[in-house]
Amino acid sequence: MTRPSGTGEATPASPRTGDLETLLLPKDRQPRRATAVAALRAMSWRSMLKIKHIPSQLFDVTLFPIVMVLMFTYLFGGAIAGSTDEYLQYLLPGIMTMSVLLTTLSTGMTINIDAKQGLLDRVRTLSIWRPAPMIGYLVADAFRYTSASLVMVVVGLVLGYRPAAGVLGVLAGIGVLVGFAFAFSWVWTALGLVLDTEKAVMSVSMAVMFPLTFLSNVLVDPDTMPGWLGSVVEVSPVTQLVTSVRGLTSGVWEGAALLWTTVYGAGFLVLFGALTIRLYNRQ
Amino acid sequence: MTELAVEAVGLVKTFGRLRAVDRLDLRVPAGTVCGVLGPNGAGKTTAVKVLATLLRPDGGQASVFGHDVVREPDTVRGRIALTGQYASLDEDLTAAENLVLLGRLAGFTIADARARADDLLAAFDLADSATRQVKNYSGGMRRRLDIAASIIRTPDLLFLDEPTSGLDPRSRSQVWDIVRAVVRQGTTVLLTTQHLEEADRLASRIAVIDHGRVIAEGTPGELKSTVAAGSVTVRLRHAEQRERAREILARVLNAEVELDPDPVALSTRIGGTDDPTALAAHTLFELSGAGVPVTDFALGQPSLDEVFLALTSPDAA
Repeated sequence: MTRPSGTGEATPASPRTGDLETLLLPKDRQPRRATAVAALRAMSWRSMLKIKHIPSQLFDVTLFPIVMVLMFTYLFGGAIAGSTDEYLQYLLPGIMTMSVLLTTLSTGMTINIDAKQGLLDRVRTLSIWRPAPMIGYLVADAFRYTSASLVMVVVGLVLGYRPAAGVLGVLAGIGVLVGFAFAFSWVWTALGLVLDTEKAVMSVSMAVMFPLTFLSNVLVDPDTMPGWLGSVVEVSPVTQLVTSVRGLTSGVWEGAALLWTTVYGAGFLVLFGALTIRLYNRQ
Repeated sequence: MTELAVEAVGLVKTFGRLRAVDRLDLRVPAGTVCGVLGPNGAGKTTAVKVLATLLRPDGGQASVFGHDVVREPDTVRGRIALTGQYASLDEDLTAAENLVLLGRLAGFTIADARARADDLLAAFDLADSATRQVKNYSGGMRRRLDIAASIIRTPDLLFLDEPTSGLDPRSRSQVWDIVRAVVRQGTTVLLTTQHLEEADRLASRIAVIDHGRVIAEGTPGELKSTVAAGSVTVRLRHAEQRERAREILARVLNAEVELDPDPVALSTRIGGTDDPTALAAHTLFELSGAGVPVTDFALGQPSLDEVFLALTSPDAA
């Protein structure tokens, strides 16, 4: 490449075909097929770059969680637990779970937009490990979930949240939460590939998420609900998850809830993971 | 027998009740440029997507370098590259990041992918805008970047789906230059287009498709000769003699004469003739004898446009 740079506007910028010919790699210099790990790393790198280029993506993992904690603590604290301080101990693990689960929604929309832009078409014609692009999205998402969780814990600590299990307990709780969110996100990747428009993805996922998160023990103890509702809420995956996170952060071993969380997580991962890969492979 | 880069036999792809591709047969010898020509909605893009392993055919068979697109998709993917109708890039990333990403996915190490991206950006005159997000690119820049992305590793078969639609003339001829360079390196190109000029300039063989099926196939010359007609265009020195010229042309050529928007020009379609030279000489002799000076006289083969319209018109036989 001997051509000067910066000649942009003045001279007509036409690629030189001579250059182009030297640019095409001869057969013996072609790279070997990317390994699964290399493909996954490249796709994850790309998702992280998107966060860099669209920092507003981080609003929902910074601003949104802060607003949620403040709003629910002071709105319901007095009414539900008698004091905001006491309520915060109950609420924080729950509201953290709720926020992170709501954060998973954007995955479906991102994939839907990508599918329309054509990037997915190009990636699908590459000879790479097939699940790499889909998992790549979720790696960056796991980063977002972790950030959201940490932001909320910090806000909670400022407001008077004192987790009994200490740092390790909180980290364990966040670990379970992020792990579950990763598995759960496959629901949205599948949805993002099935539906036509990002608006449709948005409305369907909201319609699923709102009842799923509110009909749980995030905000109130299921014992206070009418019997039938309490039973429904008890079996909800969100309730199991919240109970697990609450247990881990407050130093209570919730074996059954942890087991159910794992079972639900594995179920989402296997079922919707398979569905996503199937949808991604061929339309 | 030469190797076939693409072989499709009776290919069918339906979307609901629409048969987008309807028993399509196509053979593209390796090392050639095949132009797939057709109007909007003829099934060009769908056919390309099936061949590029993006869509599963509902019937028939297709193979790329002998590998079935349904049974061995990964082998096929290792040998092709696709430049779609809309730039297949990440709009939020910069040009350099896009190429590094695709380089890494092609199997380069991070360092090699960076070097490769730099080389490609320089050669495609995008080095100055390498750190701009693709969503801020013009159509021509985007298309160049898109093609650069397709030759990160040299594909054996390159699909170009309407590579110049929406480009200005200069960007279009740049894309043509790039395609020619790629072909000289031995890559087979399957190009879809609505522009007959484009197919005429780039392709050694053209398949005309309509309603998902190949309705004519051959070299540009062969296709033109299927329509036994040509045209004569005459420009006069004096506009006021046009009526006189029209009478002469109508008599000599025995055809309907059209007055062009240009007040000194008139043209006519002529039927097939064995000796166009004699026809031209006779016409000019008559015009000259009648005292009608001519500044321009053109005897044309039918344009591919005429071929195209003749083949795809609803009442075509």
